[in-house]
Amino acid sequence: MAEQAIDTLRKTPLHAIHEEMGGKMVPFAGYEMPVQFEGVKPEHLWTREHAGLFDVSHMGPCFLYLKEGLGEPGAHEKISALIERLVPSAIATLKPGQGRLTVLLNDEGGILDDLIITRMPDENLAGMLYIVVNGAVKQEDWALIREKLGDEAELQTADDRILVALQGPEAEAVLSPHFPEASELSFMRCAHVQKDGERYMVSRCGYTGEDGFELLLPANETGLAYVRGLLADERVKPIGLGARDSLRLEAGLCLYGHDMDASRTPVEADLQWVIQKSRRERADFPGADRILKQIADGPAEKRVGILPLERAPAREGTEIHVDGEKVGMVTSGGFGPSTDGPVAMGYVRADLAKAGTKIDLMVRGKARAGEVADLPFVKPNYKR
Amino acid sequence: MTHFTQQSTFYTEDHEWVTVHGDLATVGITKFAADQLGDVVFVEVPEVGKTFKKGDEMAVVESVKAASDVYAPLSGEIIDTNGDLADAPEKVNEHPESEGWFCVIKFSDGAETKNLMDKDAYLEFCKGQ
Repeated sequence: MAEQAIDTLRKTPLHAIHEEMGGKMVPFAGYEMPVQFEGVKPEHLWTREHAGLFDVSHMGPCFLYLKEGLGEPGAHEKISALIERLVPSAIATLKPGQGRLTVLLNDEGGILDDLIITRMPDENLAGMLYIVVNGAVKQEDWALIREKLGDEAELQTADDRILVALQGPEAEAVLSPHFPEASELSFMRCAHVQKDGERYMVSRCGYTGEDGFELLLPANETGLAYVRGLLADERVKPIGLGARDSLRLEAGLCLYGHDMDASRTPVEADLQWVIQKSRRERADFPGADRILKQIADGPAEKRVGILPLERAPAREGTEIHVDGEKVGMVTSGGFGPSTDGPVAMGYVRADLAKAGTKIDLMVRGKARAGEVADLPFVKPNYKR
Repeated sequence: MTHFTQQSTFYTEDHEWVTVHGDLATVGITKFAADQLGDVVFVEVPEVGKTFKKGDEMAVVESVKAASDVYAPLSGEIIDTNGDLADAPEKVNEHPESEGWFCVIKFSDGAETKNLMDKDAYLEFCKGQ
């Protein structure tokens, strides 16, 4: 992204804590964020073994709810029908407290963002959804949602609060003394906790391939005290953006603006699983004609895992060649501390998308051996 | 390597060290640079026989974070490279100013060494970074 003067950047409520913990601050998505604390590699490995705390307050948490009839019978179906105009996933079939990864689509079926939509667990809040969108595009997402649904639904942004992710095999043990509800949750389930007169959202999800939680906390002394409490636990270390990127890459998870954007459909991005059968049958989402045709006939290009077979990392923008012909492009690439080697993902011609297909990665003009690989590169550790 | 001539080590503003012995210069990146880069995972050293002008992109060092160019500190021809880095790039972090050397340049213009910094000047330069 373009360089921004550091004094025009927004700060998250945890800014002072990052500085205290020795975070190296960089501009990211309009915020001043820590790229690393002790180092990308040790932070990455710590998260896979113990628990890492990530400040994701730059992201776009919000609540979307009916202007009228909240908590009444049929309210969830009503709010779902509204948001389903913009996303291809079945929101109506979510159970209370259940969340789903989905994508916001333009009229051509191109991906405007990826987001998680969760049905509020409380019956009296039926008709309200908890939504988290990406930080870099949150203003555009919110403007679109308001433009399309504003007559019937209210969108309340919550990006002035603290949003943190606690990720890793020890996350549950660390969190449960603070939030006993956490242990009851399975993957992609959410609790709405009332405590000390404040409301908290505790979701069992994340973007590292590990078990873990995302917590929406008030940006006040109480919220900060929770964050300090978690960081005081010897099993927890603060983790910067660098390790966040290497963890999600090893986990095979897309980064918006890199591995997908408005030029890609969910089928090309290998995310067609976000489109449930009921939505395919109804064909009532933006770009449905194009997307359903791609599901039936296959897309021209597809997102795949890419394993460089030499030591040189193949980074974003690296061309993929077969027999001297360009057949694709790396969209994310780097070094995987857990796999102890380079890892990447990108798009290739669909006939070359099978795992094991030999490719050349054109790193600084030199052909380096690689192959198409199954994602993820590390086994996920989600609590199903 | 064995050196029979007197050596002096110089530094560049791009955080390379240059140990000059006769008309040869051994080049690597400084501890300051290695610490800034973090864990080095790959080094692309130049090919033996290639010639560079001072300031040309000569090598690439990749850390977990990013790829960074290393510029030729002197004009000349590459006569040797550190083959150990292919399997042990971590040497750049562990011993940046000895075992983590990148290459040896047979330099063509001795006057260029006059523009390099000595150790004290370099340490002063790092303070401003």
